[in-house]
Amino acid sequence: MAMHYTQSFMIEGRNFLAAGRASAEIKSILKQLGIDAAIIRRVAIATFEAEMNVVMYAQRAVMMIEVTPRAISVIIDDQGPGIPDINLAMQEGYSTATVEMREMGFGAGLGLPNIKRNSDDLKIMSTIGKGTKIEITISIN
Amino acid sequence: MACMRICPTQAIRVRGKKATLLNDRCIDCGECVRICPNNAIIPQTSSFSDFSQFKYTVAVPSPVMYSQFRKNVMPSMILAALRKVGFDDAYDAACASESVSIAIQEYLDSVDSPRPLISPFCPAIVRLIQIRYPNLIDHLIPIESPMEIAAREAKHIKMQELGLKESEIGVIYLTPCPAKMLAIKHPPRKKHSFVDGTIAISDIYAPILQALTETSHNGDGEVRGLGLGWPILGGQVASLKAEDCLAIGGLSDAVRIFDDIENGKLRDIQYIEVHSCPTSCVGGSLTVENKYIARGRVLRMVQKYGSQPCQDREKIRGLYQKNFFSLPGKIPPVPLQPLDNDVSKALQKLHQKQLFYERLPKIDCGACGSPTCTMFAEDVIKGNAAAEDCVFLAMKNFEVISSNLLQTLQKHSQKIPATSESVKP
Repeated sequence: MAMHYTQSFMIEGRNFLAAGRASAEIKSILKQLGIDAAIIRRVAIATFEAEMNVVMYAQRAVMMIEVTPRAISVIIDDQGPGIPDINLAMQEGYSTATVEMREMGFGAGLGLPNIKRNSDDLKIMSTIGKGTKIEITISIN
Repeated sequence: MACMRICPTQAIRVRGKKATLLNDRCIDCGECVRICPNNAIIPQTSSFSDFSQFKYTVAVPSPVMYSQFRKNVMPSMILAALRKVGFDDAYDAACASESVSIAIQEYLDSVDSPRPLISPFCPAIVRLIQIRYPNLIDHLIPIESPMEIAAREAKHIKMQELGLKESEIGVIYLTPCPAKMLAIKHPPRKKHSFVDGTIAISDIYAPILQALTETSHNGDGEVRGLGLGWPILGGQVASLKAEDCLAIGGLSDAVRIFDDIENGKLRDIQYIEVHSCPTSCVGGSLTVENKYIARGRVLRMVQKYGSQPCQDREKIRGLYQKNFFSLPGKIPPVPLQPLDNDVSKALQKLHQKQLFYERLPKIDCGACGSPTCTMFAEDVIKGNAAAEDCVFLAMKNFEVISSNLLQTLQKHSQKIPATSESVKP
């Protein structure tokens, strides 16, 4: 049986003070496991972007990380507005962020494309009015 | 215990009533030196006798030194006083800071490397990056420190002037912090340092104070330029022309900024000046003067002498082109030992650590000798601490043992009346 490690984190929508904690925790876990620094950086960027998406747009989410000797997978399952057009959201520069969000330096329309760039596999499932589930996979070797 | 709690990288453990240092975690920031109520932590600086091997000695005081004495004491007077307390000569380093500022500006203007660039002049910050942010090593600007530049200049000048060999001249840096000292002993890049030893500002303060009474200020040849401002927070940034620069003081803020950079943010920032001490070098743990008073003095000096440059910009740019300021070699990462070198085993140990952590009180009392419950769990899993070191776990064990004992006793006490009855006639 392959050894694996899982841990879950709660992310609160609109809580900008706590924003980034889950991805920081994940980074610390990966460092303890001796994962290569370049891989940790990709995970850090992908999970941070995903966490910020929840904080900006959703009510709450569960972020679950699973590490096996071969890969790191992160599932972010949120209760939120959902993404009407995933293909459009994947385009760089497209954003539904409000003026306030943009003034704070968010909403450049780089979130999802940035997650994709840093993952080996990305699955997005979304239901309007219910929420979005993102599965990020980054292989270790 | 105070040192264990304050250590920003959790490098101190208290075992058997004594504090021990985990070298792989320590970044030489000096916080423990500052807080120890018993003055039990003493950084290893040099003393005059260590320099008897040299034919000629030159003191290079950190420009922090200029802020340590009363307000009418000018840098030139301090340099003169140093020549009286046993050094053959004294050489200013603030001017080298100005040269380095020009070199940084050239680098920012011409090199297209990942932004933001990070200042490499606080050795504690460089070590923090080596240990915890190996991804950010490429952000460190590869430019030599003013300390090294000044030491090299001082040696070359004296070699020409006196016809001595390099090995015959000893350059001693007067340091505001233990980090600088360790950067000379164990430089992050394998290279030769032009500094041969260090003396803490706090150790040389009294002799200079004495010598200053015999020194007068003639006003000529005063140290000038924006390099004078380098010892305070924002001093480096103020000496640059570039916009979009930040100055960060203190390790907790440094960690936050580095996390942001690692998460892919702050790419529009050009340069970040980072110091492990919250007030930058005037707040170093081997300084004497109150750091806020020192800061005020630096600001006054900059006001008075900062606007007159001490270096010819074009000359420095020429030297920059000839790689006069570049640091050869790469800074290696020195990551912390993971739970296990084998990922599968590390995963198992992480699982065990988590299970063990759940049994802990999670109040970070420190009585076990580790700074936090999380750290204690890691120490136990790595075999560097015993589970019973936790007083709460020991209490639980004790409760189990004592309730077992009680039960045994009760069983016996039930038997005792029975036997005593049987003895009754």
